Amino acid sequence: MNPVRKKRLFIILGILAGVGIAVGLALSALQQNINLFYTPTQIAAGEAPKDTRIRAGGMVKEGSVSRSADSLDVQFVVTDFAKDVTIRYRGILPDLFREGQGIVALGRVNGEGVLVADEVLAKHDENYMPPEVTKALKDSGKLPAGAMGSAESKQ
Amino acid sequence: MNWTWFHKLGSPKWFYDISGRWLPWLSVAAALLLAVGTVWGLAFAPPDYQQGNSFRIIYIHVPAAILAQSCYIMLAVAGVVGLVWKMKLADVALQCAAPIGAWMTFVALLTGAVWGKPTWGAWWVWDARLTAMLILLFLYFGVIALGQSISNRDSAAKACAVLAIVGVVNIPIIKYSVDWWNTLHQPATFKVTEKPAMPAEMWVPLLIMVIGFYCFFAVVLLLRMRLEVLKRESRASWVKAEVERSL
Repeated sequence: MNPVRKKRLFIILGILAGVGIAVGLALSALQQNINLFYTPTQIAAGEAPKDTRIRAGGMVKEGSVSRSADSLDVQFVVTDFAKDVTIRYRGILPDLFREGQGIVALGRVNGEGVLVADEVLAKHDENYMPPEVTKALKDSGKLPAGAMGSAESKQ
Repeated sequence: MNWTWFHKLGSPKWFYDISGRWLPWLSVAAALLLAVGTVWGLAFAPPDYQQGNSFRIIYIHVPAAILAQSCYIMLAVAGVVGLVWKMKLADVALQCAAPIGAWMTFVALLTGAVWGKPTWGAWWVWDARLTAMLILLFLYFGVIALGQSISNRDSAAKACAVLAIVGVVNIPIIKYSVDWWNTLHQPATFKVTEKPAMPAEMWVPLLIMVIGFYCFFAVVLLLRMRLEVLKRESRASWVKAEVERSL
């Protein structure tokens, strides 16, 4: 490579490195704003702002979902297996909502420490399986914890 | 390593000849792979245990998203080649690839939204993955607009190359957004170091679709580049001979 081209190549690499570092610093400074949701541990530690709408995310705890008999009210516990957050919601839940499923709820934490949600989104994980495989895994007791509730609800 | 093929790319006539020889093969491969992948993925692959049949959008969504990012990396490489080696063909490639990449990004965003509504319960969420992908779409728009708005070809080429190179910083952000931050978008199903979190009867048609999308991209890119080369070299004698032969 002749020296002129080499110099141009180094200038370009230098610019790229500079832009990369600048963007990297900006993103790490904005870390909290880019995260879509707070985990129950973060909420328990007081990292989530009070008196404003926040998103909480985690797994729906097994056996914690209680539905009201005469309305769309539903209450459940979201956990990250260290801390729990109770969530109250009125409305139609997404198809994928079930116990053991990851969800994200948008709402306000009230005085009792309960998150009153006005939007609940289901989070899908990266695992894909045909239904027969899920059944076989369930029969042999090897199904991962997250998929348990869903396999039961399909029966 | 032998670099003669790279230096030969400096000659538009050589590119026109060689691309003409590749095109039929690539077209046949693209048509075959896309047909097989679509039928296999949409009709014969098993449904997912949670999402049922709606997961099948993966056979369009994932290849489009992969292509959208690969195409932008290609834009940046073409930009570096154009700036360092002053190769005219690099600018042709950059200008011709940008609209294809923009369409791929749009398809990925659209299919993602269509899948997100039944699965997540929302068409759009401002999470890191989705937002970074939207920024990629705007970067493509920027490259296209910049190329069209500067009438001097050399200045336009330089400006587009710089934008393409600077914008490539967004690609690792898209890739690692699901690992660095809490997002609603799930992490990657396919990792280099691990077995795919998906059985073979699901990922084989997906792999066929991804290769098919690459072939399709190559075909469309070569067709567009050949036309652009003819336009730019319209005063050369070989172009006149070529046009006369085809008339």
